[in-house]
Amino acid sequence: MTPTSITPKARPAFKPSFAFSSSAEPLADFSPATTSQKIRAEQLNVFYAKTHALKNVDLSIPSNQVTALIGPSGCGKSTFLRCLNRMNDLIDVCRVEGNVSLDGKDIYAADQDVVMLRARVGMVFQKPNPFPKSIYENVAYGPRIHGLAESNDELDEIVFTSLERAGLLAEVKDRMKVPGTALSGGQQQRLCIARAIAVDPEIILMDEPCSALDPIATAKIEGLIEELRTQYTIVIVTHSMQQAARVSQKTAHFHMGELVESGATEQVFSSPENHMTRDYILGRIG
Amino acid sequence: MSNKTATYDKIKQGLKKRRRSESRFRSIGIASISVGLLFIAILFISVTSKGYNAFTQTMIQIDVFFDPDVLDPNGSNKLESIARGDYRAVTRRTLSNTFKDVSSRRDKRQLYKILSSGAQFQIRDTALKNLSVIGTTIPVWVTASDDVDMMIKGVVDRKARPRVRRLSEKQMNWIRALESQGKVERQFNTTFFFGGDSREPELAGIAVALVGTILSILICLAFAVPFGVMAAVYLEEFAPKNRWTTLLEININNLAAVPSIVFGLLGLSVLLNVFELPRSSPLVGGMVLALMTLPTIIITGRSALMAVPPSIREAALAIGASRVQTVFHHVLPLAMPGVLTGTIIGSARALGETAPLLMIGMVAFIVDIPNSLTAPATALPIQVFLWADQPERAFGERTAAAILVLLIFTCLMNLAAVFLRRKFETRW
Repeated sequence: MTPTSITPKARPAFKPSFAFSSSAEPLADFSPATTSQKIRAEQLNVFYAKTHALKNVDLSIPSNQVTALIGPSGCGKSTFLRCLNRMNDLIDVCRVEGNVSLDGKDIYAADQDVVMLRARVGMVFQKPNPFPKSIYENVAYGPRIHGLAESNDELDEIVFTSLERAGLLAEVKDRMKVPGTALSGGQQQRLCIARAIAVDPEIILMDEPCSALDPIATAKIEGLIEELRTQYTIVIVTHSMQQAARVSQKTAHFHMGELVESGATEQVFSSPENHMTRDYILGRIG
Repeated sequence: MSNKTATYDKIKQGLKKRRRSESRFRSIGIASISVGLLFIAILFISVTSKGYNAFTQTMIQIDVFFDPDVLDPNGSNKLESIARGDYRAVTRRTLSNTFKDVSSRRDKRQLYKILSSGAQFQIRDTALKNLSVIGTTIPVWVTASDDVDMMIKGVVDRKARPRVRRLSEKQMNWIRALESQGKVERQFNTTFFFGGDSREPELAGIAVALVGTILSILICLAFAVPFGVMAAVYLEEFAPKNRWTTLLEININNLAAVPSIVFGLLGLSVLLNVFELPRSSPLVGGMVLALMTLPTIIITGRSALMAVPPSIREAALAIGASRVQTVFHHVLPLAMPGVLTGTIIGSARALGETAPLLMIGMVAFIVDIPNSLTAPATALPIQVFLWADQPERAFGERTAAAILVLLIFTCLMNLAAVFLRRKFETRW
């Protein structure tokens, strides 16, 4: 809420060389031995009618970290993201093969309830999409349908906490009845984040959350992501290399439906193993 | 550089042509709108100029002596016995007393004809409203006959030949005498608005048709809106897109184009013959109209749902709303203005529909205002149809007036559509 939360604390300035300056981020987090894997995708294949959108993707998402998915448009990173909360179910022609497990349990299993899954795996979209209802109603909707609040006071509590965590409370607390659509783009996106965390999910998927925002609003969202990481596992799709470098601990590079390279962000950006990843990061392709 | 000038020259050459075609298109558009407006203006002017006369009715004031010997022979002064009195005799005697010089039977018969046959009932109502008038003489306004009415309103020329005028010279003299005493007046035509059908134009009213229409439309909406909206929601939001749903969609579009009389026949053979629902009733009429309106509501409802941005559905689903919750909490409310518009356009069409109602017997001669959904009734367009068939001149203006009422009704519904859409519209 206070500007301090959005000023870069230890975020390294973006450098083309990707040589990370000594950062305050605890690097030890990245070692597989100490990090539990929240989501694991194995041999994931996705087809849209006859288009093979994802090919044999094996990727795990570490918990309480930010995983960035990078790659050129149409490379399958959004498709991968949407597999994680089964938003692809909405597309009639979409077919998913392979295995995606959340805490070791297959989310495509027959007994997996989609509503339950989506309550655990929240999502923020590219274009801010608040409901054309009041700010309060936007945030209160999730807790209400899931019956998370016993009383109106409890609901108020959830709404205010969520807005506070999303760094929006100070800006909107006097106008909770104003339609969410009346806010600025950046505020709308933070409202959508508040709406997602109001359900208290374990994972938040973000599909290019800053692509429609100006740099100031982007900085706010990035600061927010860094704070949210302590409580949530975050997967973010981004077209901005700088953003991926700034906010993520793990990076996965997709190309033409295939996972080209994945690993600790620092390592991927400083010494990519794959030449395609190197070219993409350096801006030679993509 | 010279190349560039050449390009510009080419563009310039084309510019004139483009501008010409633009102004040509604009003038064609304005012309076609003007023609449309012209015809609407002609329609309204002709209907209004004919119909407004029917909103007044010529009344004649006569001094009625409520003769206790005729009306209450046994002197009981009770409502039941007074209601059974011979008011025809009282009416005739009043007229004879007003024009004492009329003696021959032929002339008397002519004299009685200047009043409507309903006059005696108006006199009876006056007596029943206040029993103390029995035995006294009081002035009462009664309805003039339709021929007198037409003459007073100037629809028929006073100087026209008696056969055309349908009033003899003697009758004209009597009316002139009454006029000179200020006893002939055009008053607001309450009978037209509150009365049922009648063979006498001066006693005919649109109440049965109006109530029948209102009840039918309510029934129509009660059936068509829930079924139509649910069908639209299912087809748009839940049904898989396959060959069967495509076939269904084509058939719904076809249904919207089916001649309305076919729906009437369906109502006749299924609702009346199989389910044996009451003939001529607004219930059956409304159901038939609902069948007719249903495709319109489904089609407009689907396009309204389709227009709701998918991002709203994604937003709700991503929070963990079920599909039903997504539709009913977010998508349908946003589609509501469109659904409402479709509903009202559909029912405005149903409002003016005649053919299907003919088939289920709403074309009857009904005098009593329907007091239930199963009571026989008729509808406004049918009343127009029935009256337009009548030879009496006075029915002509009543037909126009009924059309006017129907048009006003339609306009009100369309206004309601605009109002509701404004009210439910969401700004993004």
